[in-house]
Formats: sequence, structure tokens, C-alpha cells
Amino acid sequence: MLGRRGTLKFLAGPPLVWLALFFLLPLFLIAAFSFRAGSGAIGPSDPWAPSVEQYQEVLGTPAFMRLLGVSVLVAVGVAGFATLLAYPVAYFLTFRAGSHASLYLTLLLVPFAVSYLLRVMAWKLMLGPEGGINSLLGSLGLTEEPIGLLLYSRPAVIITLVYVWIPFAALPIYAAMQRIDRNHLEAAADLGAGPWARFWRVTVPLSLPGALATFFMVFIPTVGEYVTPSLVGGTDGIMYGNIIQGFFTRSANWPMGSAMAMIMLGLTLTLVVVALRVVDLRRVAA
Amino acid sequence: MTPQAARLGRRGSLGVGRTRVPLGPFYGAMLALLYLPIAILFVFSFNAGTALSFPIEGLTLDWYGEVLDNGAMLDAARNSLVVGVGSATLATALGSMVAVAVLRFRFRGRSLLLALAGLPLIVPFVVMGVAFFLLFVAVDVPRSLFTVGIGHSIIAVPYATLIVLARLSGLDPALEDAAMDLGATYPSTLRRVVLPLMGQTLLSAWLTCFIVSFDEIALAIFLVGGDPTFPVFLYGQLRFAQRLPVLIAMAVLLMVGTVALTLIAMRLRQARWAERSPYRL
Repeated sequence: MLGRRGTLKFLAGPPLVWLALFFLLPLFLIAAFSFRAGSGAIGPSDPWAPSVEQYQEVLGTPAFMRLLGVSVLVAVGVAGFATLLAYPVAYFLTFRAGSHASLYLTLLLVPFAVSYLLRVMAWKLMLGPEGGINSLLGSLGLTEEPIGLLLYSRPAVIITLVYVWIPFAALPIYAAMQRIDRNHLEAAADLGAGPWARFWRVTVPLSLPGALATFFMVFIPTVGEYVTPSLVGGTDGIMYGNIIQGFFTRSANWPMGSAMAMIMLGLTLTLVVVALRVVDLRRVAA
Repeated sequence: MTPQAARLGRRGSLGVGRTRVPLGPFYGAMLALLYLPIAILFVFSFNAGTALSFPIEGLTLDWYGEVLDNGAMLDAARNSLVVGVGSATLATALGSMVAVAVLRFRFRGRSLLLALAGLPLIVPFVVMGVAFFLLFVAVDVPRSLFTVGIGHSIIAVPYATLIVLARLSGLDPALEDAAMDLGATYPSTLRRVVLPLMGQTLLSAWLTCFIVSFDEIALAIFLVGGDPTFPVFLYGQLRFAQRLPVLIAMAVLLMVGTVALTLIAMRLRQARWAERSPYRL
């Protein structure tokens, strides 16, 4: 018969083994590959010579660094816009929607259940030269010529990604607002705070962790995006992730691609650690 | 409504004002913006012409008929189904194990286990995809639906862990102590007390993991062999403008399925969200 200790081994063992084998080991492998001399599709059986040449090349190529910067900016922009647009929605659901909140939340989340590619494709149709926006404007007689710049640009990537993330972005903020003790708001009102003072000094600080969670839950997948840019970004709209993918497909150079992936991973982890510090400090302060 | 909520409600309607920001219309506008592009796609799936522009050339159900004749597309959808079921089952099992171990046991490495189960959430998919790619090349395993399933099981573990953790932390451990005082072993307590109480939560976690897998493409592109999953297949076909209407028709059909699953998953998880205070700001 299994005791509590034996049960623990049974419970913690399989997840630990699975995650070590298929999460930590692959990450370790790209780390190893990134410090490897040479280029091309080097197999694991090929001779292994340690080197930092990949990192030197990535960091020394202004085009790569610029693209990394742009990708971070795009991700900050997408996460920022999505958070800002989702915040009033979450506020509405928490404080104004009343007994319909559950229905309103469901309506908001249905688009998120629609296939990601389909939603990107929808914007490709909307933004294209013969697409929804242009042909609608044209058939209404508002424009003579289709507006050509809508599709295949960086703004197209940003618009599409903000669209893709808004429904999800409302969730962490909504959860944080749900947890706000209404007595705090009542106390603030009793002490003479008007609606705006209550909003800025009670609701905003208490919902900030949710907003930060939203920001990072959108930022992380966006900074590594390569699918959406390849569909609506064109050559002007590519991101750092497209280059990484390229090194593993078209122009096979696995050590180089690994080094670029490691730099992206390092950057993401750093940002998350910094963000956790900020949120924790707030909790200590409160 | 609780008495406290009622009291707050009265106070709210009596003295405390609220800002005049028109949040209702804002919500309505966001909703319209979210649904419009999908609605346009939906319209084009019934359009008689292949050009995706207004005005549409007439209504037809042909594209939906062609879906049924497109063997490669149906195969891809079936592949996604298989991968989704497999990876969701695995991820839900692993996530539940982590949740029970972390909440019901004190042991060294407890926070490490929790961190490990949550970490896949903060690694960009392109990095994870490249890492898996190298792993399967290194151990000389040909890429297939099986490798996609392994990849999806990893990215779904955080979701399963968090969902089960949230529910289990609200479950009184005294129930388990009582069962064990009455002579049940811990494994049989888990099976006969905890599992029945967690049924809805586990189903909700499973559905969430399934949807994560079913819709996933950034990782899958690196992991598929000859048999594509549906998103990978769709991605490969998008450049052929002529085929778009059929693809849209298929995607609309799948959308009905995933939307239904998502709503079920939400229903199962959200019973408690219903209680709310009418106190307004």
C-alpha cells in the first residue's frame, strides 16, 4: 500500500521527468548549439567546437539588433494598446454590467475562440487593396482609388495583433477588479472622495497587478511572433522571430538561429523577472 | 444577494455618484470591432465568386460542399483532433499531479516544481519551436504528429496546472483527512473524494488545453512531419487566392466547434463569478 511519501513520488515524479526531458533539455540544447562554431544545418554528431562567434555576429550586425529593437517596440505597442483598450472593458464588466456581466464577458471571449489564423486572415481581407475596408469605401463612393498602404506594413501587423489579443487582455484585469474589496470604495466615498478620486486612488492601484499581468501575457507571445508578420507584414513588417525561423528553414544556419533565440529568451526572462519585482514590491508596500 | 451587498447597493444608489464616462457604448464599440472582421469572413464563405471583395457576386453553399470533397483538408482537421486529444489528456494529467503535489504536500523542491510547470508560459513559441526542433534532430526522432503532441503537452501544462490549482486551493483539506481517518489510503482518497469533486474543473482544464493545441501554429510549424495539423495546413494554403473560400468555409465550420468548446469550458469554471455587488462607482 502506498504511503503519503510514496504518493508524492508518484505525483511529482512524472511531471518533473516530462518537463525536464521536453522543456529543460530542448532549451539546454539551443544554449549548447548557440555556442557552437560553424554554420549551416550542423547535426549533433558533427564535431563540437565551443565558440562565441554566433553571438559576436548577431550583436555585431546592426540589421539584427535594429530588428530586435523594433520587435520589442512592436510588442510593447501591441501589449500597451491591448491593455489600454481592455481596461475600460474590464471596468465596465466589473462595475457597470450588473447582472449581465457573465453574458457580456462571454460575448467578449467568443472571438478569442475563433481560430487565430482565421482572425489574422480576416484582417488581411479587411486591409487588402481589394479588401473589406477599401471595397466598402469604394462602393460607398468615398474613395476613388483603393488605399494601398493598409496591408503589408508594420502598422498592419500591430493592428492585427491588437485585434487578436483584446478579448484575452480583458481577463487578468477583470480578475483583479473582481478581487477589489467594495468596502474600500465605500470607505473612500465616506471619507469624501468623488468618483474620479476613488477611481485613481483605489481602483487603479488595486487593479494594476492585473493590468501588468495582461501586458506581459500579450508581450511575450508578440515579441516572438513570426506567423502574423509573414501574413500581413510583407517585407517591411517582418520581425526578429521571422529571422530566427528563417535560419532553421530557408537559410539553414542552426547555430546562428540558436544564438538569436537565446538572446530573445534572455531578454524575455529579464523583463519578466523585473516585472515580478515591481509587482511584489507593490504588494509589500500595500 | 447577500445582506452586505444589499446594504452597499442602497448606499450606492443613495449618495455615491459615478463618473459619466460612457463605458457601455465603449464596450459596444469594442464588441462591434471584434465581430465585424469575423462577420465579413462569414459572408465571404457564402460568396459565389472567388474574389474576396464587395459587392459579393451571389450566394452559394458550394464552398461548404467542397469542404467535404477535400481529403487533405479533412485529414489535417483529423490530425489536429488527434494531437489535441492526446496532448490535452497528457497535460491535464501532469498539471493535476503538480497541483495536488504542490498544495497537499510540503517537500523540498516544491516551489521549483511549481515554477517549472509555469515556465513554458513565458518562453516565446518561436524559441520553444526551435528548441524542440533541435531536440528531435539530436535524438534522431523523425518529426510527426507525435512530436507535435509532445510540444503541445508542454505548452498546455501551465494552463492545466493553474486551472486545477485555483479550484483545489478552495477545496477543504479536511475532507481528505476525514476520508483517511475513516481508513482510506491517500491514493484512494484522491480517487474517491478529490476526483469526483474536481470533475468539472478537470474537464474545463482539458478543454482549455485542447483548444490551445487545436489552434496552435507557431510551435507546430517546427514540429510537423509530412502530416500537417489543420493550422499548418491552412497556413500553407493561404497564398493560393483561389482556394480561400473553401478554406474559410472549413474554418467557419471548425469555429463553430471551438466556440462551443470554449463556452462549455467557461461555464464549467465560472459558476462563482455570478455573485457580484451592485455597488457602482
